[in-house]
Amino acid sequence: MTQTTLEGTAGVALAIRGLSKRFGTQTVLTTLDLDIQAGEFVAIVGRSGCGKSTLLRLVAGLDRASAGRIDADGVPLAQSGADTRLMFQDARLLPWKSVLANVGLGLAGDWQPRARAALGEVGLAEHAHKWPSQLSGGQRQRVALARALIHEPQLLLLDEPLGALDALTRIEMQQLIERLWQRHRCTVLLVTHDVEEAVALADRVLLIEEGRVGLDLPVPLSRPRARGATGFGAIEEQVLARVLRQPELATPQVDELPIAPGALRWAL
Amino acid sequence: MTIANVLFKRLAPWAAPALLVLAWQWAATHGLIGSRILPPPLEVLKAGVTLAENGELWTHLKISFWRALIGFAIGGGLGLLLGLITGLSRRGELLLDTSVQMIRNIPPLALIPLVILWFGIDEAAKLFLVAFGTLFPVYINTYHGIRSVDAGLVEMARSYGLRGWPLFRDVILPGALPSILVGVRFAIGFAWILLIVAETISASSGIGYLAMNAREFLQTDVVVLAILLYAVLGKLSDWAARWVERIWLRWHPAYQ
Repeated sequence: MTQTTLEGTAGVALAIRGLSKRFGTQTVLTTLDLDIQAGEFVAIVGRSGCGKSTLLRLVAGLDRASAGRIDADGVPLAQSGADTRLMFQDARLLPWKSVLANVGLGLAGDWQPRARAALGEVGLAEHAHKWPSQLSGGQRQRVALARALIHEPQLLLLDEPLGALDALTRIEMQQLIERLWQRHRCTVLLVTHDVEEAVALADRVLLIEEGRVGLDLPVPLSRPRARGATGFGAIEEQVLARVLRQPELATPQVDELPIAPGALRWAL
Repeated sequence: MTIANVLFKRLAPWAAPALLVLAWQWAATHGLIGSRILPPPLEVLKAGVTLAENGELWTHLKISFWRALIGFAIGGGLGLLLGLITGLSRRGELLLDTSVQMIRNIPPLALIPLVILWFGIDEAAKLFLVAFGTLFPVYINTYHGIRSVDAGLVEMARSYGLRGWPLFRDVILPGALPSILVGVRFAIGFAWILLIVAETISASSGIGYLAMNAREFLQTDVVVLAILLYAVLGKLSDWAARWVERIWLRWHPAYQ
């Protein structure tokens, strides 16, 4: 019943082999193997510090792996030319650019009509000329989503993008993300700490524990998914039980490692 | 009511200076303050009108204004450049920052004897002093501004393919701009202070010269006029800097 096998997918297939990441003596990911089909929506859950955000940052190319490789459609992801976009927990809009200019960031040529269309897709067309500071948190995340989607990414990485939103806005955003994914057919990796969100959106839910894939569970429910649907609760329960089985605080938090001051250098 | 409110907001900041001037006038006319010590405001005004009518005032004003502007342009420009270098590159910081910080701690006025030896008492000496004083506030705030640009925004911009000049133009410079403009406002204040000193030591024109010359002839009214002119010029240039802030930082919630 999942839609991953539909024809004409715009996404890439990912093959991750032996991926490891160490920060000093701290090992966050240990020889992780993972296959993701083109156009698949995969949710990654896990405790804080399990390495799920690290995995996403490695796939995004923001950090370098200590060992292992990430291939897209059979070639190393970095060289594959596959368009990868990352959406952060905070919207990270440039406060000095209008909403429209934020969506068009990094585009050349006649980008304005496209940016307007992308804003329309997330329902914010009438806010094009506002400053980001004039928007609500949920609206800002929608702008960030439009900014990612305008590039028609083959791989969309979502790093707890709804973590800071209120419950109602979250559900609204989840529906929007699902709709847009169904339209664009890109491969999506969603990192979340909300198991219900994972089950509501993903074709597959992965649990990362101790730097490895601890659980790989397909979600064979038809879309759109109602929280009360039969099977929904059972899957959610199964994932939660597995997450909670682990001892608390097995590893210190490394996952949400902020960028150390001075770690960032820009050379012009 | 709203008009009254607006009027009140506009006029309230001027209430204290106006009262002070009134009290001053009253005290002077009632002989509480000798006119040698402090001439009444009306005398100062008269002196101003006389000087304005014979054109002297405008000549001196213009010269002082240009000195402040050119000195500030040189000092601020150099400060911005150095701040950009040390802010943007680790190597630049290693090479330059310590030296700049050392020179920064020299009081500009301590340099006066040396400046006179180097540049004589010409325009160059005055411009040097103003430039020297305005360089450091701009430098420090530029450097600090660039360093405190939100690292998350830079990471995001890079992941959207921005490198080099576009990254600087769209992310780093606007992120550092609020801080840079604070430096500019500081620098403008310093520019006037140093200009007064430079013009009182050795000058044949400018408001400082006007004041020193008047002192020779015990024209206290002109001396006070010169002091007030500095206050007005300082206020005007600060107002101009704020205006630039409002235009350039109109995205900032504080300016909306």
